[in-house]
Amino acid sequence: MRTFRWILKPAAFIACLAPALRMAAGAFAFGGYSLGADPVAALLHGCGRWGLNLLLITLCMTPLKDLSGSLLPLRLRRMFGLYSFFYLALHFTVYVVLDQSANLAAVWQDIAKRPYITIGLLGLLLLIPLALTSTARSMRRLGRRWSELHRLIYVVAILGVWHFWWQVKRDIREPLLYACGLGLLLGYRLWKRRAAPARVSVGRLAEIDVV
Amino acid sequence: MNGNLNQRTAGAEMRKKTAAGEQGVPDKITPCGTSLSRRALLAGGAGLAAVQVLNAAAARAPGPAPGSLAYAFDAKDSVADKPNTFQDISTYNNYYEFGTDKSDPAQNAKNFRTRPWSVTVGGAAERGGTFHLEDILRPHPLEERIYRFRCVEAWSMVVPWVGFPLGDLLRRFRPTANAKFVEFKTLYDPGQMPGQRVPVLPWPYVEGLRIDEAMHPLTMMVVGLYGKLLPNQNGAPLRLIVPWKYGFKSIKAIVGIRFTATQPITTWAGAAPNEYGFYANVNPAVDHPRWSQATERRLGGGLFAPRIPTLPFNGYGAQVAALYRGMNLRRNF
Repeated sequence: MRTFRWILKPAAFIACLAPALRMAAGAFAFGGYSLGADPVAALLHGCGRWGLNLLLITLCMTPLKDLSGSLLPLRLRRMFGLYSFFYLALHFTVYVVLDQSANLAAVWQDIAKRPYITIGLLGLLLLIPLALTSTARSMRRLGRRWSELHRLIYVVAILGVWHFWWQVKRDIREPLLYACGLGLLLGYRLWKRRAAPARVSVGRLAEIDVV
Repeated sequence: MNGNLNQRTAGAEMRKKTAAGEQGVPDKITPCGTSLSRRALLAGGAGLAAVQVLNAAAARAPGPAPGSLAYAFDAKDSVADKPNTFQDISTYNNYYEFGTDKSDPAQNAKNFRTRPWSVTVGGAAERGGTFHLEDILRPHPLEERIYRFRCVEAWSMVVPWVGFPLGDLLRRFRPTANAKFVEFKTLYDPGQMPGQRVPVLPWPYVEGLRIDEAMHPLTMMVVGLYGKLLPNQNGAPLRLIVPWKYGFKSIKAIVGIRFTATQPITTWAGAAPNEYGFYANVNPAVDHPRWSQATERRLGGGLFAPRIPTLPFNGYGAQVAALYRGMNLRRNF
């Protein structure tokens, strides 16, 4: 318990924050870091990338729990999910404020006209209720409906990978890798549903939650 | 800033060493070459040639630092925009032969061998053949031109290129009446170009221009950047620059030039014909199917620089719009 609270959790917290710190250092040319010739693109892509990474990491926690038999991954899961939301919200902010210079008319036009932006934004919007109901209190209050609601993350992950795939010019190797990873993670869940092992109830989730 | 002659002896040696099947482009013997020399004299004042070739002989000879070129600044064809830094221009490159990340080419092209280099010229021209790069370059006085560079990905830079008009080179090969288009080819060498080991695009890279576009005085053969030999990641030793077209038209590391009667199938237009056209003229009114081309991010302005409007023909409309009179540019994108 102590190890988790004072070592493991802070370590995970810092590890998740590290990419943001690195990008911030690059933005201010601090400590020899740089964002390169196109700093706006570097921030935009960096935040999008880490948002997606953390989304998939979040989805890894259940299989990890099943494989290890330990509840530890579930106790880290919310942090990864919230960090994913943090990076994706930042990704959208960079797009609006830096890339489009906060020209809301241009942003709106882009969202309406560019399918890859439309689905990206849809994914981000679907994450908002998940972030808002991530507390133990919400888990207790919503009960079974909490699990149902949070299955939205599967939709968000599909939209996220799709969004990535769709804006790549030609070299689809990276989005393909993400799609395969996501396919494995979703496939595992389908397979598990058939095998139907014991699930961790939401009540238990709220109990093990260390806020 | 011209008249650097110290490569002439090296050039003579090179001609002696010329392998069977290859031939130099004689710039003194043939009528074609003579006229070019005269033209060079006229254009460059006193200079016959302004290319300093980076070889052992040149490096030993006294003169400018190795890698620096002798050239004249062409103010008439240059834009007043502030050029991007050498650092930005040489570390942010789309050059898939060396990797698809913008920073890959600077990393992976470090040891790319640009000498010896030869260019094969063929198709509808009287004087085709395979030529040493030195023979290709010799008659042409170099000029520096500061051009806008607009990528199809909606970012742009301003670049001081060093080179010469492509038309001056093409005329030396005496294209025939059948030469309606010019096709260019990049080196295919997966051993040196790691990106070519991956079928991201069909290799080798091919680009093309209509003959009148190729002969247009703004179209440049480029050998240098910021007064020095072109860095490998920017397309050394010989690349094309067509400033009113999206960057992918400006093919790098050229080893083949072919005059054709029909429109060549160019790499991007062939790989994704709905997204990239043969003409690829910069046009804010015709969006890429997935993103807008109405504005661009001019690199070098930092995090808060707003996007700027993209200009038709990248701002070179006064010079080139006449080439496309009567054409539907939405269809011929």
